[in-house]
Amino acid sequence: MKSGKFWAWVVFGIGTAYFFIPLLATFEFSLRMRRGVHSFDAYQVVLGDPRFQATFLYSVVAAIFTIILGVLIVVPAAYWIRLRLPQIRPIVEFITLLPLVIPAIVIVFGYIRMYGSNSPLPFLASDLGASALLVIGYATLALPYMYRAVDTGLRTIDVRTLTEAAQILGAGWGTIITRVILPNVLIAVLSGAFLTFAIVIGEFTMASLLNRPAFGPYLQNIGANRAYEPAALAIIAFAITWGCMSLIQILSRFAPKSANRPN
Amino acid sequence: MADPFLSIQHVRKSFGATTVVEDFNLDVEPGEFVSFLGPSGCGKTTVLRMVAGFEEPSAGKIVVGGKDITRLKPNQRNVGMVFQAYALFPNLTVAQNIAFGLKVGGMPKADADRRVAEMLDIIKLPQMADRYPYQLSGGQQQRIALARAIAPKPKLLLLDEPLSALDAKVRVSLREEIRSIQKKLGITTIFVTHDQEEALSISDRIAVMYGGRAEQVGTPFEIYNRPATKFVANFVGTLNVLEGKVTDAASGKVQVNSQEVSLKGKLNGSKSGDTLSLALRPEAISLGRQPGHDTSLSGEIAEVHFLGSVIRVRVGIGGNTVSLDTFNNSATPPPAVGDKADISFSSGDMLVLH
Repeated sequence: MKSGKFWAWVVFGIGTAYFFIPLLATFEFSLRMRRGVHSFDAYQVVLGDPRFQATFLYSVVAAIFTIILGVLIVVPAAYWIRLRLPQIRPIVEFITLLPLVIPAIVIVFGYIRMYGSNSPLPFLASDLGASALLVIGYATLALPYMYRAVDTGLRTIDVRTLTEAAQILGAGWGTIITRVILPNVLIAVLSGAFLTFAIVIGEFTMASLLNRPAFGPYLQNIGANRAYEPAALAIIAFAITWGCMSLIQILSRFAPKSANRPN
Repeated sequence: MADPFLSIQHVRKSFGATTVVEDFNLDVEPGEFVSFLGPSGCGKTTVLRMVAGFEEPSAGKIVVGGKDITRLKPNQRNVGMVFQAYALFPNLTVAQNIAFGLKVGGMPKADADRRVAEMLDIIKLPQMADRYPYQLSGGQQQRIALARAIAPKPKLLLLDEPLSALDAKVRVSLREEIRSIQKKLGITTIFVTHDQEEALSISDRIAVMYGGRAEQVGTPFEIYNRPATKFVANFVGTLNVLEGKVTDAASGKVQVNSQEVSLKGKLNGSKSGDTLSLALRPEAISLGRQPGHDTSLSGEIAEVHFLGSVIRVRVGIGGNTVSLDTFNNSATPPPAVGDKADISFSSGDMLVLH
């Protein structure tokens, strides 16, 4: 028993070291910009760079639109599949997993061929169109996370009975989704939203090939041409991602409790 | 007779090749409490769901208050429903749950608040308004679900096995409460259950269902004492079934294990030589020949179970076994297994099952 515990701590220690040593090394390196002392100069340079602000703002806006698009597609779809079409759930789950299997570069080349300026849907003919296409692409990339998060949320409630209870009280589909289903899976939706945010903030391939001024290509550009700033940017991106994850944990405490408790 | 409030006419429901409800007919009077009683899979919940609008009948029609509602959506029917799984909205407080239907119906907030308070008084939980469903016991949740269902003053109340998930004690008290609230409000109610005691104790009438059909519709007294079919007789209460053979149809003579029983006027067209199933409730049978009992059969004590105040005795009569209960009497020891014994009963209590 004692020996088991000892080895468990050893494995935990190795895992922690594997995870934290590169992070600490990156952080320490990011502080070395000023010769001989540790300083936050690299962070000041990065945060003061107008391109950082512009690209970060662009990616945040893209992430917000991606989340809205993802919620609009996934919540009604996952709800309807649970309610009326449970037999097609395995097929939909498979489809939502495809973005993990098919590389983003394949998707984006498909987009470029399909939505070029000569196509019937010339998304790429304008900046706004290209940004819209980027958001659509991001929604596809985030689909595995968003769908799973929402579906897990729906699994914790009795979707069919709650829907019927609302229907018999006179509610239409709009009321049912906005006042009964969505509030009860809100935490799951937020989990999906934060995961989406984390993906969009660091995404490079799609933004780069669609020539969008997003944060991912900026990160890559700085990384290729500077020494200390990329390390500072990596730590900033890491903090943003972990901030999102912590928010999921905090918000999950406010999840509605199940009503189906036996007497 | 006045027009029925709810009329279910020739309703049939099939799922693919499987027919779960077949030619179901029922008229319910205003303010009546009717139970659908039957085993799992008999179609009782499907009929209820068709009345609610969750399932569309394959044939037939459903009329409420003179209006055909067969094709109306559930949210257009003005029907209240209580579900087995409570189905309270977990994100809303008790008061918000009860007010849900009122808000959806566009009732002003002040009126809705008044109605919610009134409902909480009716179900005797006025202090629970701000609690969430997970903070309540199963019995409390189901009372809130009842309040939520009746708050918008529905024309019809549907109860889909609302007591099944509760423990025995709560079940008994809540069923009495449901009945008293129903009587007070005079709301026409359909109650689905597979528990015969529940159905017998609170219903004005019972529709006993089997294989997608209503086997018999009647008052609890009629269902118990004059079951129309073998299924109803077997399903409702405990029943002793004896196999007999008609020896003289004209005089109503039936032979049970070479002993003769007279059933004049009960044979309903049976011919001499026909075999019959004869049924007797345990409480109609006495051990030994008793005054007032015109029929007796001889047999042998097969089993004796001492249950304290009651002694349950099973008497073998040829290939048949008859179960009866006698009160414990400290002066008389119970019969012993293997003893010869007579049982007696009134031939009027014997049912002929078809």
